[in-house]
Parts: sequence; structure tokens; C-alpha cells
Amino acid sequence: MDQFTLNLIVVGATFALYFGIAIWARAGSTAEFYAAGGGVHPVANGMATGADWMSAASFISMAGIIAFGGYDTSAYLMGWTGGYVLLAMLLAPYLRKFGKFTVPEFVGDRFYSGTARVIAVICLLIISITYVIGQMSGVGVAFSRFLEVKASTGLYIGAAVVFAYAVLGGMKGITYTQVAQYVVLIIAYTIPAIFISLNLTGNPIPGLGLFSNATSTGEPLLTTLNGLLADLGFASYTEQHDTTLNMFLFTMSLMIGTAGLPHVIVRFFTVPKVADARSSAGWALVFIALLYLTAPAVGAMARMNLINTIYPNGVSEAPVARADVPDWVDNWEKTGLLKFNDLNGDGLINYTSSKDTNELDVNKDIIVLANPEIAQLPGWVIALVAAGGLAAALSTAAGLLMAISSAVSHDLIKGQLNPGISEKGELMAARVSMAVAIGVATWLGLNPPGFAAQTVALAFGLAASSIFPALMMGIFSKRINSKGAIWGMLAGLTTTIVYIFLHKGWFFVASTASFSDADPLLGSIKSTSFGTIGAIINFGVAYIVSNMTEETPAEVQELVESIRIPKGAGAATGH
Amino acid sequence: MADKSSSNAYWKANIRTIQISLVIWFVCSFGFGILLRPMLAGIKIGGTDLGFWFAQQGSIIVFLVLIFAYAAKMNKLDKEHGVEE
Repeated sequence: MDQFTLNLIVVGATFALYFGIAIWARAGSTAEFYAAGGGVHPVANGMATGADWMSAASFISMAGIIAFGGYDTSAYLMGWTGGYVLLAMLLAPYLRKFGKFTVPEFVGDRFYSGTARVIAVICLLIISITYVIGQMSGVGVAFSRFLEVKASTGLYIGAAVVFAYAVLGGMKGITYTQVAQYVVLIIAYTIPAIFISLNLTGNPIPGLGLFSNATSTGEPLLTTLNGLLADLGFASYTEQHDTTLNMFLFTMSLMIGTAGLPHVIVRFFTVPKVADARSSAGWALVFIALLYLTAPAVGAMARMNLINTIYPNGVSEAPVARADVPDWVDNWEKTGLLKFNDLNGDGLINYTSSKDTNELDVNKDIIVLANPEIAQLPGWVIALVAAGGLAAALSTAAGLLMAISSAVSHDLIKGQLNPGISEKGELMAARVSMAVAIGVATWLGLNPPGFAAQTVALAFGLAASSIFPALMMGIFSKRINSKGAIWGMLAGLTTTIVYIFLHKGWFFVASTASFSDADPLLGSIKSTSFGTIGAIINFGVAYIVSNMTEETPAEVQELVESIRIPKGAGAATGH
Repeated sequence: MADKSSSNAYWKANIRTIQISLVIWFVCSFGFGILLRPMLAGIKIGGTDLGFWFAQQGSIIVFLVLIFAYAAKMNKLDKEHGVEE
């Protein structure tokens, strides 16, 4: 059986599974559509959160980023997991007790202000739409590489699948599909990693293999890798190259940004009890850690495999000739994600640290996708990785679309425009908003704005500087009033956006940038790390403005008292 | 409904638990993984140093333990203060 047929069978089977779940888990009420009826088991919710959270970026890009960035990229590993500690202790249990459907709804009620709610909706829409563009183009890339269709055709197929289970099933359909998608993606990620680790270190657990001895030299893997890199003139893998200040702030921005992402927070509205929200955050991190403890091993081992492929006789000998490279190099060269440019015309692939002599350009995204081919694994593993990449992108896209559509139907339509809308009318509005959101996401996936990659920094910066501080202060302080929250959110939001635009160009038009991340405005603080500063500004402004203006009303203080104790939670409601 | 003084004591105990947890959270990630890494450089592990391990794996394991320990501690506090569901 050829590779194409295998890919078709495996991807087709997973899609059939998602369709089956969609039909089984139809939503009959708004409670089911927005919060899966509040009856999801904490372990299942943890698994769904894992799939929801781990996007195409985690599955496809992260190991590649680590492979070429080494120690400095630990910021992603710590940042994208440490946020769950903050979620479990500072947000999830109290928001679950609050018992409503959306994040802006909490902001609106706690700060007794429609303006605050609308600001939260705007933040949510910018964050989620930015994020969804990346997922949809990821779907297109995976389809075009593995199923040999045009990226646009792949996108339509992906959108149709999401449409089926998200519009029919709402949060209920999405939750159970995400559980299935998690299983697919973690198997697809782990199997190639195990074989690569066995091959390089003899240790079947990649996370342990990373700190084991390399079979080729008998020395630790990382020592061996550092030696190879030093011989080729590349920077050391294990040393720090970023400034300590920027690495600190970047890690913190990713952590509080993670805790402030609306599509992740709403996952905790689906469990039956407050205690379940706490343990569910732990389960989510268990399922995320299975991938995140493996990713640094995949990164280091992929870097070593790449060097070994180019220098089969060792780095002191001549590199491989273009004609003699393994098939996977040819396969990926066709996609344009791997480029060879024979500068000196000797027919050999010279891979060096110098711009003037380096002839090989490897896109970070192919590291995970090419893993099974590099390790010479059977065809079904390659097919599985294709299905895993699609599962990661589709599950995150569905979660984001859910957050977008509920913000529109629940916070804007029911909350602001037409409060008297019936349950049935709202359910219809929710489905229509979902369908429109999928349409917009597909269009953006087909015509990705040139700044798609950079806007991810914007999403994290916004979540860190606007939503996280507002939620945390709403729970932990009774003194923060509506004026404080509104001015705090606006100040955090504006400074972060301005700082990003100063470095990336206004509205991401590169020529209008006044500074660059290589030489930033403030010390060594890159625009991707500014979310932490934005959050501090938000906290400070909210505190000062609140203390200069009126006390919060007694009923709001009572609301805060009540969300702090678990007793009497009940299922999430819209009333 | 729990009375006011009982829920105040519950909230104080919760804040105390969060403070201790977040100190550990900070020390094991930002501390051992970034700020204190030079001080830990003498402790070697698998071809590199302890700080590298904390930055790439150790911190994640600590996060996991912290969340489950917090969940267990809070279940106990919920019962002690009569605020469980």
C-alpha cells in the first residue's frame, strides 16, 4: 500500500470518529451548547483541555523552535505549563462557582458595568481570531503535505468537519471530540519520539533519553550535541544567550497569558463541582506534560539527527552530496520548507553557522512532521503524525470558535442588544454565530494576513495584560470597582499594543516600526515579553483609580464573598 | 450557608495555601530555571547542569505536584470549614 493511501485511511478514520461523536453529542439547550451541561468528568475535561490548549504551535512548531533555540526556548516549556498553576489556584475554581457561561459575563457582573463587559468581549475577539488564523493555515499545510490536495481544499474539508461537530454539538460536541483528538495527537507525537530516543540513546523514554548517554560517543547526549555544534561554529545548545531579564519577562508573559486565554478558562465551566475545577486543571497539565516533557527531547535529538544526516562521516569530514541524501530531504524540499542552495557549486550540502557559506535552510515546522521519516519508521506512523497534526489544529480551532461564538451570542446579543431573547432564540443565535465564525476563520486561513505569525505575540500579550489581571482582581479584591477595572484593562491593553506596534510596525506594517526586537525600546525587553509589563500597569492603574473613586456596591461585595466558597455551585446557568 | 467568620477563616487559609504554593512555583521555575541557574551550575546532570533540567523538565513536574497538592489541601479545608458542596 502506498503512503498516500495509508494517509487517506488513517486521517479518514479519525474524521469519521469525530463525525460519529458529533451526531452522538448534539446539544439541546444553551447550557449544553455553552458549558456541555456542566456534567463533564474532571479527567475527561482535563484531556479535552489538553487538546484545546495544544495547538498546531505546540504539536508542529514547538520542538523545532527548541531544536534551533536550545536553552533559551525553555521559556515556552515553563511558560505554557506554569500558567496552569495560576489557573488552578487563582481563577478556575472561583469562576466555576460564579456559574455563568462566558468570561466577559463575569467581568460585566463583577464590575457591574456593560462597558467592562464589552471591553472584555473585544479582547476576547482579538485574542481568539488571531489564534484561529494559525490553526486554519496549519490544517491547510498538513493536508497539502500528506493528502496531496491543494491547501485550500484541505481547509474546506477541515472547516466542514469543525462545522459538523461545533455547530451541532456546541461545547458538548467539542468536549468529547477533543478527548478523541487528544488520544490521536499524543500517540502520534510519542511513537516517533520513542524510536528516535531508542536509536540515539537506547532509552525508550524520550524525556529520560535527553539526559542519557549517546550510543554513538558514550558521552551524554547534550555534551555530544554541544560538541557537534561547536565544531560547526553554532551557538551552544545548553547555554543562555538571551538576557536574563527578557527571558524572565517572556516566561511570565506566556504564563499569565495562558491563564488569561478565554477559550481555556471556559473549559473549567463544564465540570460539575468547584473541587472538580481544581483537580481538572491538574489533569489538564498531566496530559499536556506528556507532550511537553517529550518535546525538549524531540528538539535536541532532531537537531542531532539533522547534523548526522548532513555529516554522515562526522563533522570533521566533508558533508553529504546533494545526490546522496535520504528520501525525506527530497520530500520536504518539494514543500519549500527545506531549501538547499549550492552556493559554492561543489554539489555538497554545506551546513554552517555563517550566512555566507551556509547552504541549507530548514523551516522549524518540519522537525516534528519529518520525525518518522528521519527515524525510518513504517508508513502508518507517518500517516498517524498527519492525523495528529490535524487533530491538534482542529481541536484548538473548535475551542476558539466556541469562545468567539458565545461572546457574540451570549455577551453581545443576549447581554447587550436583545436581553429578552428566548432560550431557543439564543441557541439559534449561538449556532449562527458559530457558523459565521467558521466562515470568517476559513476565509482568514485562505488569505492569511502577512502578520499571522507575529500576531500570536499579540494574543498572549493581550490575554496577559487585560484579561488575567481583571479576573484576578475581581476575585481577590473587593475594593476594585468598575472604574478601576475599566481604566486598568484599557491601560494594560493600550501600552501592550503600542509597544508591540512600535517594534513590529503599526498594524504590523513593518516599515512603520520605530524599534526592533534586536534593539528594543526598553533595555532588552522584546515586544513578545511586554505582556508582563502590561499586566503590572493594569494592576497599578486599577488599584490607584479604585482607591480614588467610590466603594464597590454591597451586592457586588456579596458576589465576591460567594464565589470564594465552593458551597452551592450547581450547574452553570445563563440566569 | 456557612457563617461569616467561618468563611473568613476559610478564605484566609486558602490565601495562605496559595502563597506557599506560589513561592514554590516561582523558586522552581523562575528561580532554579533562570535566575539561580548560575549558582546551580556546579551540580551536573546528563551532560548539563541542574538549572537546565529544571528549565526544561523539572519545573513542569513541580507544577503538576503543586496543583494536585493544592486540590487535596483545599478539599480538606472545604470539609473543615463546612463549605464543601
